[in-house]
Amino acid sequence: MTEPILRVENIHKAYGPTEVLRGVSVDVRPGEVVVIIGPSGTGKSTLLRCVNQLTPPDQGRVWLKDVELTDKRTDINKARERIGMVFQDFNLFTHLTALQNVMLGLTKVKRMKPTAARAKAVMELEKVGLADKADLYPAELSGGQKQRAAIARSLAMDPEVMLFDEPTSALDPELIGEVLEVMQDLAAEGMTMLVVSHEMGFAREVADRIIFLENGVIADEGPPEQFFTNPKNPRTREFLWKLTELYGNHGEKGSRRSGRRGR
Amino acid sequence: MAVTLAGLMAIDIVGELEFIWRILPELGKGLVTTLELTALALTAGLVLAVPTAVVRTYTRGPLNWLFTAYVEVFRGTPLLVQLFVVYYGLPEMGIVFDRFFSAWAALTLNSAAYQSEYIRGAIMSVSEGQLTAARSLGMRPLQAFRWVVLPQALRLALPAWSNEVAYMVKYVSVVYMIALPELFTRGAMIRSRTFKVWSPMISVAVIYLGVVIGITRVMDYVEKRLRIPGLESGHGGREY
Ligand SMILES: Nc1ncnc2c1ncn2[C@@H]1O[C@H](COP(=O)(O)OP(=O)(O)O)[C@@H](O)[C@H]1O
Ligand SMILES: [Mg+2]
Repeated sequence: MTEPILRVENIHKAYGPTEVLRGVSVDVRPGEVVVIIGPSGTGKSTLLRCVNQLTPPDQGRVWLKDVELTDKRTDINKARERIGMVFQDFNLFTHLTALQNVMLGLTKVKRMKPTAARAKAVMELEKVGLADKADLYPAELSGGQKQRAAIARSLAMDPEVMLFDEPTSALDPELIGEVLEVMQDLAAEGMTMLVVSHEMGFAREVADRIIFLENGVIADEGPPEQFFTNPKNPRTREFLWKLTELYGNHGEKGSRRSGRRGR
Repeated sequence: MAVTLAGLMAIDIVGELEFIWRILPELGKGLVTTLELTALALTAGLVLAVPTAVVRTYTRGPLNWLFTAYVEVFRGTPLLVQLFVVYYGLPEMGIVFDRFFSAWAALTLNSAAYQSEYIRGAIMSVSEGQLTAARSLGMRPLQAFRWVVLPQALRLALPAWSNEVAYMVKYVSVVYMIALPELFTRGAMIRSRTFKVWSPMISVAVIYLGVVIGITRVMDYVEKRLRIPGLESGHGGREY
């Protein structure tokens, strides 16, 4: 078995007296897609933020290949270039066009020349089907287009790992499909992905492994077939059942195809 | 009533216009000084306001307290007091500035305190998620501020800043109290020299009005040019 590209080891994080993460360990191997599910407020976002040190954990270590991100001597900005992150609320830069959003990291972080950065940004937008929206501002894009632009912005940095924090939770149901499709293409290309999502259709089809996070610990974990049909923890079955109630079935295969990716 | 009517009829319109024509060059010189002081105080004020706003928004501790105290003091005391402290007070401590520099210093410090508040409010209304996104791309904190937060904050502060420009043109007239010959001071000097009140004061008022209307137009245009879809600018400025 190949060495993990990302190693998350025994992460603890507390906000005041409340312990949000209580010893979480995850290994992700190159090309693997790991989907994290779990109730709201259980620490899924915190876990992702602990990976790229937006939230430094109280305890535990994170390794990206042989670089320890939790080591104070590590240049965390250099390391973050290698880890893409996509947010629930897109977090596009409001004052920049889609193209400029994608270019900013290239010119300011990677110090690319504007012409080269522009060419690369155009390519990344093409990849997510937004070439014709390049000159629009975020406010002029639909939710699905915004999220695809945000994905392009991350991909432009040529990351080795991508983190997704509920990338489709803020979207109208008919716009979810176009974003999941981009993610699916990305997975097919071999991108390593750590995804917080409750789109069970996506998880079933794309995930190599599903993790059920509850109360700050991993309550269950396994490949999709086993996870859905024969969960180790009875709580998993209960949670999956609740998900179906909450979100209906639109995350299931078939219905999510309704929202085609824009040209 | 009869007295007033008689007074009105006694006005020699042509004579007054001739008088205004003769004092215009002098008022023009005053206007130049007014505009110089306004422009210098606003730009220097902006340069001081940005770091002040940054320190007050992003830091805690002594540095924050220091800048907060500065802003509170300069917003909480009359501009006239500030001017007198700089022009009359500091020399007693051996620090002597000329009139123009003193006026510029006082106006700058005062305006920077207000401008920093507009910018601070604007910084705080830029969503934190954008800063997080910038950091997740590998930007250092100052880079993220410079390229993501600041361009938005300055646009958001623009309406308040436009008001500040219009106020500042008029505030500059306090330098009359240290006998610096800007527009109002020139008008007042003409009054005391010629014992005429109406013509010099109306001339001065009309010039101010024209300048302020002009500035407002220009700033409206600038705001329109810099408008970005989804980045709705707030309103505000000094309150009266
Ligand atoms: N910056 C913060 N300060 C205080 N509490 C926080 C902060 N961020 C998250 N929390 C708390 O930590 C818990 C886990 O949050 P989060 O990781 O966002 O959960 P999830 O993403 O699973 O919904 C929540 O109870 C939340 O209120
Ligand atoms: Mg979350």
